[in-house]
Amino acid sequence: MPNKFEILQRYVIVIAVHLTFFAVWHILVVVTDTPEYILPTPLAALSALGEENYNWLHHSFATALEIFGGYLMAVVVGVGLAVIFSWSKIVGTAVMPLIVSINMVPKVAMAPLFIVWLSYGIVPNMIIAFTICFFPILLTTARGLREVEPDLLDLVRSLRGSRWQIFTKIQLPGSLPYIFSGMKVAAILAVAGAIVGEFIASDRGLGYFLLIAQEALDTAAMVMALFLITLIGMLLYGVVLILERIFVVGDARIE
Amino acid sequence: MGEPFIRLRNLRKVYRTRGQEFLALSDVSLDIDAGELVSLVGPSGCGKSTLLKILAGLHGHDGGEASIGTDSNPFDPSRDIGMVFQQALLLKWRKILDNVLLTAEILGLPIRESKDRARDLLRMVGLEGFEDKYPYELSGGMQQRAAIARALVHDPKLILMDEPFGALDALTREKMNLELLRIWRESKKTILFVTHGIPEAVFLGTRVAVMTAGPARMAETFTIELPEPRTLDIKTHEAFGDYSRRIYKHLGME
Repeated sequence: MPNKFEILQRYVIVIAVHLTFFAVWHILVVVTDTPEYILPTPLAALSALGEENYNWLHHSFATALEIFGGYLMAVVVGVGLAVIFSWSKIVGTAVMPLIVSINMVPKVAMAPLFIVWLSYGIVPNMIIAFTICFFPILLTTARGLREVEPDLLDLVRSLRGSRWQIFTKIQLPGSLPYIFSGMKVAAILAVAGAIVGEFIASDRGLGYFLLIAQEALDTAAMVMALFLITLIGMLLYGVVLILERIFVVGDARIE
Repeated sequence: MGEPFIRLRNLRKVYRTRGQEFLALSDVSLDIDAGELVSLVGPSGCGKSTLLKILAGLHGHDGGEASIGTDSNPFDPSRDIGMVFQQALLLKWRKILDNVLLTAEILGLPIRESKDRARDLLRMVGLEGFEDKYPYELSGGMQQRAAIARALVHDPKLILMDEPFGALDALTREKMNLELLRIWRESKKTILFVTHGIPEAVFLGTRVAVMTAGPARMAETFTIELPEPRTLDIKTHEAFGDYSRRIYKHLGME
């Protein structure tokens, strides 16, 4: 267990490394005299925020909604399906191979189809984010639900414990570390999914804005949009980490 | 003496998988009286674990007779079994007290009384003060103590132990042997203790039952008469060595 000083030290290092990264970036741009339309300094990117016509809040909110909405759907559907598969062996054995095959389809390539089916807007992009990020959650949850010590099952069965008791007392809490490891992978994918959706067809969102700014050759605004996308992703990841800390006992966390 | 608490007669068990038959137990007979601690030794794959599963009601048998309980000391197969395995198998996400309560929860026993009992048991196994710790904060030996408390919390009449100290280091194992004898004396349970270690079997058992492999059958039981209460000293007794030698001989290892 790291003590308070070590934790503080770790935070200081993390912040220092990031600041150094931006400083080096800034210095390189200035020293090499790189024009702003190729690569702006971090400060120049930040100053793009001042441009009111860019509607930053509006675009950021749309993208965040797509990411969080698609992600939430993925968690509910992914965990739900895994639970159904674990309860019904027949459904599991029949459907799981298909799921694995579909997982091999590059989801990004499916996005144009979704646009055809669902037109464009926040909900279609949510669904694209969902399709991209739900597989890891389903697969890790299914794995977690399978990982039950046979001896532990014997212990419960020797007392005539029910299937439901095994599920609620052993299987489900035991699979939580797996669910969270899938959720962490999915958090990053959800961001990519929403942005891809916005690239393909959209009238708002930071992905859409990136294309607009590109046409205007406003590289500083593009970099700023990238910052904001990353920030939304970090926010989602942070929420997942906090939930993991609450629900999973230290030793059981999968790093 | 009346009838034995556990009565096994010519027990036979065949596993069938994909048309293949595997004879797990060919002829096992054994009587165990209430309150006895019987050690069961034998080579790997001789069906010791199968025997435990039949006693736990997890498997049926294909021939012979297996009965537990007497008219004066009835046995309820749905709640009178406590099991301890080689791994403690504590639930990582539960504190020690809640881990001990698992068996009581499964049986739907009243929670308040079970908690009091769990605390008493944790004291008995030497884990007082560890009620609110998580399993990973305990050593292997301590985890196994908690597993023993879990096997006792619903007050079963029969405890089945499958190499419970097999994963512990030698010193911890000896300490746990002494602890088990104390717990057995205090709780007056009937215990069937499966082990690979012949000295351990002799040290713990009122009797040692020896099984041989291929086909699996009960070869012999030895009544162990050593000074009570047993301490580590008796391992240097001549009688202790004699018993061990006789059992080794029976297993064809001299």
